[in-house]
Amino acid sequence: MSKSPAPLARRLLSLAGALLLWVALYGVLQRAAAWFTRDLLGLAAGTHLASAVEFFVYETPKVLMLLTLVVFGVGVIRSFFTPERTRAILAGKAESVGNVLAAALGIVTPFCSCSAVPLFIGFLTAGIPLGVTFSFLISAPMVNEVALALLFGLFGWKVAALYLGTGLAVAIVAGWVIGRLRLERHVEPWVYQMSAGETGLPEHRTTWEERLDHGLEAVRDIVGKVWPYVLIGIAVGAGIHGWVPENFMASIMGRGAWWSVPLAVLIGVPMYSNAAGIIPVVHALLEKGAALGTVLAFMMAVIALSLPETIILRKVLKPTLIAVFLGVVTAGIILVGYLFNWLL
Amino acid sequence: MTRIEVLGPGCANCERLYRNTERAVKELGLECELEKITDFNVIMSYHIMSTPALLINGELKFSGRVPSVEQLKEMLS
Repeated sequence: MSKSPAPLARRLLSLAGALLLWVALYGVLQRAAAWFTRDLLGLAAGTHLASAVEFFVYETPKVLMLLTLVVFGVGVIRSFFTPERTRAILAGKAESVGNVLAAALGIVTPFCSCSAVPLFIGFLTAGIPLGVTFSFLISAPMVNEVALALLFGLFGWKVAALYLGTGLAVAIVAGWVIGRLRLERHVEPWVYQMSAGETGLPEHRTTWEERLDHGLEAVRDIVGKVWPYVLIGIAVGAGIHGWVPENFMASIMGRGAWWSVPLAVLIGVPMYSNAAGIIPVVHALLEKGAALGTVLAFMMAVIALSLPETIILRKVLKPTLIAVFLGVVTAGIILVGYLFNWLL
Repeated sequence: MTRIEVLGPGCANCERLYRNTERAVKELGLECELEKITDFNVIMSYHIMSTPALLINGELKFSGRVPSVEQLKEMLS
């Protein structure tokens, strides 16, 4: 990699150009969608088909553009964090402070569920308490940039902020509770037999060029993988938007039905979809009278707890601890659902 | 003969690293043993915190990322 400043300046310039183009495009999306639906396709305003088509043509590019921007930003931010650095920050912290820090670091530390085991062992052998480790492991998948971008795009900043706040809260409290329960003996014994240690690799000094590359790579990787789900999700959402009558969901997922929150969570836990596919559908349900708390709880249950990660964690956790982990997180999500249905 | 080991439980990223390494080896015309290591006991003995990781002749080169074929060729030559 070249050390001269010229390539970096050039790259910044082209990124600035891309950003300008982004802003300009974003500004005309709504008008373009209306023009496409009414003038180009000649659909009369107010019909089911017109409202579904306009919804799809407007929301799809909007959500994909937001997703690209957020994923790039988070990709650059993540280049400042490594699991090793996060471990160093968390080691030696008192438990409650540790839970809060771990949940926050869970958002910005690069993590994939296949790394859950090495990370778990790396944390525990460095003396980080079990509960703090869980705060990290809960927050990392639940509070993710794809969900944030989609919620922001479809619901606005308030719902996105609510999701961020409650996601962190569930991770902090669930981790803290697991810590209080003293479940260390339910960790597979071989974990504690592993010796603590460092990789011995020199810390890589990341240049700004590499950070920008990191952001672009994240866009290629995540947006490249997720766009079909966004498309299908919005298409289903557009169908609901156009044809399902107002207040159709009110009786099933509305605020009045007390059982709707636990039911939505129980259905959501075994479902394994990514945020990209589930949120557009959730958006459409909400429009038809489902309660926000119920819908948020459903979404969190789908994203936060996944079967593949649970199976991987089984290598280091005994069944009791797996059950407690699933139980505590599920309970936390149900509480969040009730809280919002009651508050809003 | 060079010995190359890819450490990881076998998720999508580990597979990608394995394929990239395979291609890098082929394009360089290297003669080597390429092996996947999925046993956590072995993986963790290198104290890595994120997978996949790469060993060349038993020495840890990096962990937690998937370099391109070009970057891998540079490391291998």
